[in-house]
Amino acid sequence: MTASPPRKEFHPPTRESFATRVVLVSVAVLYISLFLFTPLIAVFTEGFRNGVDAFLNAIVEKDALAAVKLTFIVAGIAVPLNSLFGLAAAWAIAKHDFKGKSLLITLIDLPFSVSPVISGLVYVLLFGAHGFLGPTLDALGIKIIFTTAGLVLATMFVTFPFVARELIPLMQEQGVSEEEAAISLGASGWQTFWNVTLPNVRWALLYGVLLCNARAMGEFGAVSVVSGHIRGLTNTMPLHVEILYNEYNFAAAFAVASLLALLALVTLVLKSALEWHYGEEIAASHRH
Amino acid sequence: MPGFGLTFGFTVFYLSAIVLIPLAALLIRPWELGVAGVIDAVSAPRVVASLKLSFGAAAIASAINGVFGLIVAWVLVRYRFPGKRIVDALVDLPFALPTAVAGIALTTLYAPNGWIGSALAPFGIHVAFTPLGIVVALTFIGLPFVVRSVQPVLDDLDREYEEAAATLGATRGQAFRRVVFPTILPAWLTGIALAFARAVGEYGSVIFIAGNMPFISEITPLLIVIKLEQFDYAGAAAVGAAMLAISFAMLLAINTLQAWARARST
Repeated sequence: MTASPPRKEFHPPTRESFATRVVLVSVAVLYISLFLFTPLIAVFTEGFRNGVDAFLNAIVEKDALAAVKLTFIVAGIAVPLNSLFGLAAAWAIAKHDFKGKSLLITLIDLPFSVSPVISGLVYVLLFGAHGFLGPTLDALGIKIIFTTAGLVLATMFVTFPFVARELIPLMQEQGVSEEEAAISLGASGWQTFWNVTLPNVRWALLYGVLLCNARAMGEFGAVSVVSGHIRGLTNTMPLHVEILYNEYNFAAAFAVASLLALLALVTLVLKSALEWHYGEEIAASHRH
Repeated sequence: MPGFGLTFGFTVFYLSAIVLIPLAALLIRPWELGVAGVIDAVSAPRVVASLKLSFGAAAIASAINGVFGLIVAWVLVRYRFPGKRIVDALVDLPFALPTAVAGIALTTLYAPNGWIGSALAPFGIHVAFTPLGIVVALTFIGLPFVVRSVQPVLDDLDREYEEAAATLGATRGQAFRRVVFPTILPAWLTGIALAFARAVGEYGSVIFIAGNMPFISEITPLLIVIKLEQFDYAGAAAVGAAMLAISFAMLLAINTLQAWARARST
């Protein structure tokens, strides 16, 4: 056996050494595992700690089911309304020119930079017992704070920009030429919207609705302020998790939390699928 | 284009009804205390301590995410490794996972008898129910922002510049410092600012792990909730308005950064 002469392998000049790459990948994977993967595993482990039966009992329990139902009702009202708003705002902003457009876009984004607690607080200040409109509404027999209406309003506030901010940049990029062609061929405004604009933005719309829904179902701070925490009546799933946890009923708290974590996982899978298949049609993918 | 009147009208109406009028209530309400009262409410020692904690912990958490988020973004754009797609998808978990769920999960992990807490306890490090726990929760919440801000810019970055740097004799480190980093700097700072803005107002994931001791581990959003439960509407509004003013200043800073980033990339 003769030792082959050492061969110097070509090393691309824009690539780091093997050791550097291994270290960087390890650091990244460790960081993600520690901060994201471990908490996720912990939710399911704790949820099933006392076995599958205990898990199922915690979920089919009366107040838990009421919380699930309320969560769906709140998201079922808030998400379609915000989607409608997103479409209208994107149509007005992307297809027309007017003064103050960038101010309007900034204002639409505003709820993202407001603390969730403040998002709930503002409605208490308006509609609460000591709020500006509280006494008037009280005289009319209308209650908003500590009712489903308050939960819906607070949820609408925190999820306000989701659909609009996915659609506005995409529709701005697409311009108006296709719509102008449709209108010059005799299509009405509605026909143009349904047959030309909507098909062009459908995946981005779905993407925005998906993120909007995840936040709507999972929102805690804002709804916590307006809810009043009335069991079986004004508790959404995240609030129910809090109550169970504060009662040291950890297994039940994590069982309900597992459902929410499952919702998060489904959201992530659908979101990734949309990004992989329709990345080009979702201009705003990877922008948050 | 037709439909401007209808869609613009609806947009402005909906925006006003859901966002602007309620926020106006927040700005009007504190003044029933009078100017001196508002200053007193905002400068009370307990409020100042909570503001220092909220902004301090958010600053530390966003700095941590600045460092590690950059590494994660780099690794996701430049390298191939097993499980990459899962890591990429998992980065958005804090956007999708309800904050209350994150809060109880992190508390369970970092409690003295938890998986991570029990490993740290022998070293005298206590995370849950201390300000350190707040930093952990805020790091979780802010994790996606830096990664998702830097990733597309890094993706667009042409390798030719780095090749040119290498042919001119630059080491890999020099090429990164002189060529890559200046290009991604605006996006990186934007990501850090977004993570910071989110962390300052965060409530759900923090209250479980914080311990919530006044002057020690009580964040500002929690203090607002406490004031509200005591029916101190004006006081709650004053603290809320102060937070909002700071957040708004930061929103302006972020927009300026993004404008700078756009100017750089064209």
